[in-house]
Amino acid sequence: MTAIAGRDPRGQGPGDDGSARPSAAGFPALLEDNLEDLYENAPCGSLSTLLDGTIAKINGTLLAWLGYSREELVGRRRFSDLLTGGGRIYHETHFAPMLAMQGEIGGVSLELRAKNGSRMPVLVTSVVKAGSEGQPPLIRTAIFDARMRRAYEQELLNARRAAEREDERLRQLISKLQRSLLPAVLQTPPGLDSAAYYRMASTDEVGGDFYDLFPLDDDRWGFFLGDVSGKGVEAAAVTALARYTLRAAAVYNPDPATALRSLNTVLWQEYREDARYCTVVFGILTPTPATGGFTAVIASGGHPEPLLLRADGSVHYQQTKGRIVGAFSTSQYTNTTVVANPGDTLLLYSDGLTEARPASSETADGRYGTAALARFAAQLAPTNAADAITAVTDLLGTFGAGLTDDTAVMAISAPARP
Amino acid sequence: MRVRNRNNVVLAGREDGPTVVLAHGFGCDQHMWRHVAAEIGQWAQVVLFDHVGSGKADPAAWDADRYASLDGYADDVLAICDDLDLRQPVFVGHSVSSSIGVLAANREPDRFSALVLVTPSPCYIDDGNYRGGFTRDDIDELLESLDSNYLGWSSNMAPLIMGNPERPELGEELTASFCRTDPAMAQVFARATFLSDNRADLAAVSVPTLILQCAQDAIAPPEVGAFVHAQIAGSRLVTLDATGHCPQLSAPEATAAEITSFIRAAYR
Repeated sequence: MTAIAGRDPRGQGPGDDGSARPSAAGFPALLEDNLEDLYENAPCGSLSTLLDGTIAKINGTLLAWLGYSREELVGRRRFSDLLTGGGRIYHETHFAPMLAMQGEIGGVSLELRAKNGSRMPVLVTSVVKAGSEGQPPLIRTAIFDARMRRAYEQELLNARRAAEREDERLRQLISKLQRSLLPAVLQTPPGLDSAAYYRMASTDEVGGDFYDLFPLDDDRWGFFLGDVSGKGVEAAAVTALARYTLRAAAVYNPDPATALRSLNTVLWQEYREDARYCTVVFGILTPTPATGGFTAVIASGGHPEPLLLRADGSVHYQQTKGRIVGAFSTSQYTNTTVVANPGDTLLLYSDGLTEARPASSETADGRYGTAALARFAAQLAPTNAADAITAVTDLLGTFGAGLTDDTAVMAISAPARP
Repeated sequence: MRVRNRNNVVLAGREDGPTVVLAHGFGCDQHMWRHVAAEIGQWAQVVLFDHVGSGKADPAAWDADRYASLDGYADDVLAICDDLDLRQPVFVGHSVSSSIGVLAANREPDRFSALVLVTPSPCYIDDGNYRGGFTRDDIDELLESLDSNYLGWSSNMAPLIMGNPERPELGEELTASFCRTDPAMAQVFARATFLSDNRADLAAVSVPTLILQCAQDAIAPPEVGAFVHAQIAGSRLVTLDATGHCPQLSAPEATAAEITSFIRAAYR
């Protein structure tokens, strides 16, 4: 518009250098002075409708694409009538509501249906023009031929679908591998309760945490919860080795310190070149039906200390000592005994929990920390295995993106006296 | 609390009024009701929510199997009513949420005091003499549309869509999320919506029912409204002088007025 209404302040005529070149203002006006033609034969379809979609004005380009005459459309048909069935639903359920909310919408991919039934992929942009004196509000729509672009997008779409299929296959594989490293169903010693939860930090990689609870003989059960350094397939191999070494060692000699020493030897021999090691708490549990509780002899190899949540509401960390398993050629481990009475709960966890970075943390390094965990546990106690795991699961949920590592938790409790 | 977060449940209006649950249809989210909720909220307590997979419902609650059938959504509606301990609310469902409301009401016949079905369609696909308005090919096209517009709705696009300066009340956050469903979830919801056939469920409806249809609706033609009316004994059919599938946007005052007078009559 300005090209027509504007006036060159220097006046029309020859340029400053005296040549006969048209002025800046006159130049475009001379070449494109027929606005009607510009509208009618623009390189894009143009359409104005009432708010209910009734066609008020349509340009020649769009009529030519559709094969309709102006009389067949203006005042008689709505924009959505020009779309394919699927496009009509998309228009009603997405396009129109967004246009109503935002007043404009751009670059939506739809298909026109021409009078002869042929289809034409288009990109549609609409703007609501507010009403003015005696003029109702209108929707102005520009429609671009997207046949070539659609063909290109189809290629992209096919590539994306192929990538998604591969991705899904990978996830399935990882999830299966992960499950194979954890007990399918957690067994529970007679007269006691148990529960566990595993949270993968990423669906793209196998995590390195592991746990199990399994019967050894009529009165004794083995249990462990550990964390292998690193992630991915290499870590999974170490996890499998650690898991089966511990299970076998427990059968051979049900002494936790000895089992960890065996695991240390195996990991050191197998992986010292690759610096693969793990932290783990290993225990042998004996239910004590006479008291309604259990006794657990445990040993730890550099793993976060287990928490005991007592029936009287008190909470303390069970002190353990022992070096990371697999990091040194020889390491000594020490047994310690936990006596659990009715209403007591033993909670094992991996450092994914204490090393998480919650949105608000009181520690200097932004980690959740063992002090916060103890306070959290104090609010739970007295509790039981199932409730404790549910509470920790919810707690992990509140960490959101602050949960950067895999986390395993397992609880064993003696039922409270009625 | 979990249900409330899962479905992004929002309470509005008068706490001392009768309760009206407003359920959005396929495509956008609870903000579809913003005009009607403001009107009805003057005398009622309004319960708004997002179906899982839409709006600001918890994406972690998504389950492609559960939400492949309208029963999954109906379960959620009943869970919301349970969680909020709603006594005999009125259920207002738009589009596919009409069918979801019918399923929920049939499962627990004493749950709702009344149903309002806004532009309902129990079956979108033509079948013999029944005219739903679409063919199976049309629905496949829609699924295709959802996929091809994925490029347009991708996260790259979101920052470009700033709040509309002429409508500051909408805010950037809302315009960035409205109608921008994860395409994989939209696919599942679209299939559940447009491939379900709930015609046989209508006859079992035993609560007072209002059917609101638009004079011109590109998705649910008048014959479909008449069909629903004929199937639900004692139902009332009102045709709004409105265009499109979303009278809560194109004619919010009339929509709210019809809902109000129907509920007033039901509560008298």
